[in-house]
Amino acid sequence: MLCRMPTYRCQVNGRAATLESWDPAQPLLYVLRGSLALTGTRVGCALGQCGSCTVLINGQAAKSCMTPVSAVAGRRITTIEGLGTPEKPDPLQAAFIAEQAAQCGYCTTGMIMAAKALLARTPRPTGEQVKEALAGNLCRCGTHTRILKAVLRATGQ
Amino acid sequence: MTPSFDINRRDWLKVAGGLVVSFTFGDGLSALVQQSPSAADGRTLDPKEVDSFLSIAADGSVTVYTSKVDVGTGMRIAIAQMAAEELGVDTARVSVVDGDTARCPNTGGTGGSTGLTRGGAAVRQAAATARQALIGLAAVRLERPATDLTIVGGEVRPVRGGKGIGIGALVGNRRLAVPLDPKAILMPPSRYSRVGQSPRRPDVPAKCTGRYQYIQDFSVPGMLHGRVIRPPTIGATLISVDEASVAHLPGVRVVRLESFLAVVAADEWSAVRAARELKASWTEWSGLPGHENLERYLREGVVDRDQAIVHRGPSGSLGESDPSATALEAALASAPTKMSATYFWPCQSHASLAPSCAVADVGADSGTIWTSSQVTHGMRATLSRVFGLVPEKVRVVFVEGSGSYGTNGADHAAADAVLLSKTIGKPVRVQWTRQAEHAWDPKGPQQLLDLRAGIDASGRIVAWDTQMWIPTNRRGARILLAAQAAGLAQDSGRDAAGIFENGDPAYAADHVRVLAHWLRDTPLNPSNLRAPGKPANVFAVEGFTDEIAAALRVDPLEFRVARLTDPRALEVLARGAKAFGWQPRPAPNASRPSTGPLVGRGVAYTRYKQAENYVATFMEVAVEREGGRISVRRVVCAHDCGLVVNPDALRNQIEGGIVQTLSRALHEEVQFDTSRVTSVDWASYPILTFPEAPAVEVILVSRPEEPLWGAGEASTVTVAAALANAVFDATGVRLRRVPFRGVRP
Repeated sequence: MLCRMPTYRCQVNGRAATLESWDPAQPLLYVLRGSLALTGTRVGCALGQCGSCTVLINGQAAKSCMTPVSAVAGRRITTIEGLGTPEKPDPLQAAFIAEQAAQCGYCTTGMIMAAKALLARTPRPTGEQVKEALAGNLCRCGTHTRILKAVLRATGQ
Repeated sequence: MTPSFDINRRDWLKVAGGLVVSFTFGDGLSALVQQSPSAADGRTLDPKEVDSFLSIAADGSVTVYTSKVDVGTGMRIAIAQMAAEELGVDTARVSVVDGDTARCPNTGGTGGSTGLTRGGAAVRQAAATARQALIGLAAVRLERPATDLTIVGGEVRPVRGGKGIGIGALVGNRRLAVPLDPKAILMPPSRYSRVGQSPRRPDVPAKCTGRYQYIQDFSVPGMLHGRVIRPPTIGATLISVDEASVAHLPGVRVVRLESFLAVVAADEWSAVRAARELKASWTEWSGLPGHENLERYLREGVVDRDQAIVHRGPSGSLGESDPSATALEAALASAPTKMSATYFWPCQSHASLAPSCAVADVGADSGTIWTSSQVTHGMRATLSRVFGLVPEKVRVVFVEGSGSYGTNGADHAAADAVLLSKTIGKPVRVQWTRQAEHAWDPKGPQQLLDLRAGIDASGRIVAWDTQMWIPTNRRGARILLAAQAAGLAQDSGRDAAGIFENGDPAYAADHVRVLAHWLRDTPLNPSNLRAPGKPANVFAVEGFTDEIAAALRVDPLEFRVARLTDPRALEVLARGAKAFGWQPRPAPNASRPSTGPLVGRGVAYTRYKQAENYVATFMEVAVEREGGRISVRRVVCAHDCGLVVNPDALRNQIEGGIVQTLSRALHEEVQFDTSRVTSVDWASYPILTFPEAPAVEVILVSRPEEPLWGAGEASTVTVAAALANAVFDATGVRLRRVPFRGVRP
């Protein structure tokens, strides 16, 4: 094994974190799910095509499977675990729960993070804007109508 | 509800001790169990005993156990409601353990929309028996006749009021030790207070906050990460491996067993890199027809046998008594209007959102396997047989994955993990790549249908003939990729489930035949994909029905209604039409706007498996003049599955079935050349995205007095036909081949 592991200082869910990887090209996805045990960021395609692994980096939605760990040094990362908990969900999560906007729910956390980024820049989006913002997030169960309603519900619409 | 697991194999084996649980399957589900305390908690697993299905804790909470699993369908909450109703406890006090072979009695695997009809019904009967037993126990304790007692809010108490006793205090973690009474009286639907309500699914908060643990998130201490390198072509064998090609990666070990090639590493990223970078040489192989040649391949394929799935004349079923269908052919020949058409449905993937994954901790002949397989009991038997394990010493635990919609890659990932764990003697987690998932999951097979009909001068269908070319279902367990590559003996079963169903029209006709040409070969390994075969068969049958209505210049809804008598069929059509705002007129739409997209509407109806749910689907589409892109604007589905247990969870399933099948109809086709699958990611195998998602309105026709039918599949089967019929209405172009990548108006 390598004895000196490169490290990257950043912020994860509001707390200072030091990420370690022997490979600067290792996608952030594996670091979050591995040593940080933040498995709410889901592995879907690892090709940047499905959006299951979406996190916020400095407030912008980003696909963590396409983000090398070395690129997040000095950045603020928010994962789904940084929002709310099952007991105290954040308002967007609460809207998803109220609409029962999940079947298998595997895409849900990525959907919520992508929608979070949308609502930060567009607090009252139209249905079409929500659809466009989530165009890069795939749902295989066909829960689209409920997810759309949940995002709009979170904005009071 | 985040699942928790007893993860220590040694502990488990210690508890299991020398207890032997051995099942002999005879008729139906009757399992003969030798003195069968379960391995995990000492309960019996004999499905003839109430204790196998439920346990009551001292605090009055109830746990129910079922071999049917919840793959994101809401089955757990529905079963909890059914149990709560019979027991007289709050639904929130009931939790469900699904698919753990050490804790759940075997009432069969999950599939065919049988989660509630078989799994739920068994739990309900157990709960009704438990209710009788609890009242009996309380009668002694309270010194009252049992007939004076009822259970309310988890307490057995006199019907007319007075002191009661909680069911937890009555049982207190002990066993009820009563046989399941198949005649135990069920709660009458008129008194339902939990069934028919929509309590929220307990898994959703954890799923929305990232705390839910999927199989992809599951780990055990000391676990290694495994990655399997599948051959570059489907039939290739491994010639050589250059292990030095991954020597630069930390902690990687290469495992080779014949043509089974894998890497393991403590660090997941090392395993990922090693799987990508390992140099290996493989034999050349080609033996596929190429997806573009499938229709010819099917027509020219070797037929194992021809089978008349349906054959009836004016006086009833003919069975195989007129094998050449002379009466039908004569009726066709004499009909003044003769029609024929060919429909095609491509090979499709389950295309699960998560890559298949499994964890195995297996020793010489025993161990535990964590898997998202829909059939954990079946997998215990199969994995044991193939990998030389003793089934009584093997525990297979269901851990939910992403939606599977049938037998996807999960069973194969479990086999990969077992083979690796057994080989290296450590717990191993195997996760597939996206490319492997798309290339190697067993597929919903391609279907080709020829239809012919004869119509007399009054518009009566005097003859209807459907012929279908489908792969033979062969008995035995499906092959496992790992075992095949490693050269291990295994069954050569092949099974795409009920792909032959719903090939006949629901409408009055004098002579009807559905003839299956069962084909010996099929290019890619098939399995059951949601509503097996029926989306294709109903696409053909309901599309062809629409063709006949159009030829007769009759409104498509009116054409159907005039040929149905079942009031439940007529009700879903009537209620759907009303909600949709259906205006009667023949298709295609004669009044075309001079600018803008062409707009049309379509309808399709089916009775699922000709024996279960009634489904009527109405759709409005717009078709762009330039390029012919199809957008679905609105879907209305009227759905009657008898008793509705949880209306909101049911709506979710119906909505999902519709949207998923729109994806299948508009986009999905597995592509392959002569040696490999070439649609191996979401770019080459696109699915429906948000901008295409239509508004969906679901009308539930609830019939509390009727038996319930499963509803995970039925809404899918009318979708492609309703869509094609709407496109025909808009454009006059008849779509007979899925996927509909656009039309030329």
